[in-house]
Amino acid sequence: MTYNDLRHFADSWGLLAMTLLFLTLIAWPFRPSARARNDEAANMIFKDDEHG
Amino acid sequence: MDGLVTKAGGWLGLTLLALVMAALAVDAPFAVHMVIVALACLAMLWATVTRADYSGLARGILKMPADQGVYDDDPIRWGVIATLFWGVAGMAAGLFIALQLAFPALNLNLEYTTFGRLRPLHTSAVIFAFGGNALIATSYYVVQRTCRARLAFPTLARFVFWGYQLFIVLAATGYLMGVTAAKEYAEPEWYVDLWLTIVWVAYLVVFVGTIVKRREPHIYVANWFYLSFIVTIAMLHIVNNLSMPASIFGSKSYAAFAGVQDALTQWWYGHNAVGFFLTAGFLAMMYYFVPKQAERPVYSYRLSIIHFWSLIFLYIWAGPHHLHYTALPDWAQTLGMVFSVILWMPSWGGMINGLMTLNGAWDKIRTDPIIRMMVMALAFYGMSTFEGPMMSIKWVNSMSHYTDWTIGHVHSGALGWNGMITFAAVYYLVPRLWGRERLYSLRMVNWHFWLATVGIVFYAASMWVAGIMQGLMWREYGADGYLVYSFVESVAAMHPMYLIRAAGGAMYLAGFLIMVFNVWATLSGRVRAEKPMTETPYNAAADRPLAPVPAE
Repeated sequence: MTYNDLRHFADSWGLLAMTLLFLTLIAWPFRPSARARNDEAANMIFKDDEHG
Repeated sequence: MDGLVTKAGGWLGLTLLALVMAALAVDAPFAVHMVIVALACLAMLWATVTRADYSGLARGILKMPADQGVYDDDPIRWGVIATLFWGVAGMAAGLFIALQLAFPALNLNLEYTTFGRLRPLHTSAVIFAFGGNALIATSYYVVQRTCRARLAFPTLARFVFWGYQLFIVLAATGYLMGVTAAKEYAEPEWYVDLWLTIVWVAYLVVFVGTIVKRREPHIYVANWFYLSFIVTIAMLHIVNNLSMPASIFGSKSYAAFAGVQDALTQWWYGHNAVGFFLTAGFLAMMYYFVPKQAERPVYSYRLSIIHFWSLIFLYIWAGPHHLHYTALPDWAQTLGMVFSVILWMPSWGGMINGLMTLNGAWDKIRTDPIIRMMVMALAFYGMSTFEGPMMSIKWVNSMSHYTDWTIGHVHSGALGWNGMITFAAVYYLVPRLWGRERLYSLRMVNWHFWLATVGIVFYAASMWVAGIMQGLMWREYGADGYLVYSFVESVAAMHPMYLIRAAGGAMYLAGFLIMVFNVWATLSGRVRAEKPMTETPYNAAADRPLAPVPAE
């Protein structure tokens, strides 16, 4: 494995894998079943908090 | 009893080891540092012996486990006080070096007080001591509240706090004595770096341990930001500080990289220290304290997740923009520029998410000075994350680089974003951590807000003028192809701007001193009798329907 192999991997399959991973991660909270979970997560910090 | 003897003996052994290291030191600063370590070990020995529960030990009672039904807030209280203490030290040092630039006589003709030694003292004190303590304290607070669990590994959590203070003392005293690895924002030498690595791994263990024992199914987004900050800083710190000491009894080391590789590693570190220490960590504060103070959930939880992953995937590539027009390959410079420009979008997404959390409660900006500070922090987050990408464009950078515009940009981010959000978080925390009804004075928060805001405006505006003037003077050619201005003429032209900058810094520091007094008075249980920030004006005579008037 030379430097050249690594850089060719980085700007082909590596780049593709990173892009797909990124798109999956940001699309994940947009799936329809996530709406209720997002709301719950956003309001979780107010759940019976003794500090008000 | 055996445990106590072992512990005390261990601290005594470490004290002696540090003194042996001091005796064998090949340079004076290393000897001074080992004496400081020995004193720290002695302090631990004293604490171990005096704070032990002797009557319990005598009766053979095992130590009671901590009550899991209450949060572990002691290290947070210490962290808040340390934040204020180091804040005063760091900002005062900043004001002093600002005055040195205007009045060089203030270098005092002593090597210890020259600009070159005080400048890293200022940057490290405000970033790592003021900002770092604020991050450790707030992360301990937020992770417990959002996980609904007591802090994991309480002893380790206290070690993180005190170990981090020792790191700060070693770093700061080292700078004054001229010990430096010559890497910006990573100046501490190899042995201080190793110590910080140990402390930081302990911090990671405490934080992850608390997340693992959480009683809530979901990990709130603020904890994602804190975790990315802790993990990335560990990675950056270790790689950038890979070096070989000249002697294990000396303070000098040589970096593992050389030439342009060293420069790129340094700015990969440097820019991601901005991205993950000064951005991700403080965004974690934003995602918890802004919704709590506004008493409304974050505007969009989905946007906060996009914000998170975009920063994670994009920030790491932006470092080369610090090396435009250097020996770095051109494609790498362009890559850094492109990713910096792309970063503008998620940054503004995050800013909008924070600001829109106030949607429907905008009146709080008028009535609540803490919310006002948060809004100003987010506005400066947006301003500096626009200015940064703009300055990373090669065409702009060819003029702005090496000028005071860069200093102005850094300070609009540091004073405006990091400072303001930290002040707001501390104002939020103090009455809650010490069980006070409210802060000593809300009107003093208001004074702090205006002094800080006007101070930043003086600072940033004078540095814009200074930077653009410098950049233009340096590149001004005459008709016959010679440079029109000598360097010293550009220095002389900066004098008025340096005075304005120092005035802005003095205002910012004055606001901070008001905060220190306000927190001090709150801690001593006082409440200032003052006019409330808002009244509810009511005019009974006007509050009635108009009686019908018969036509004439």
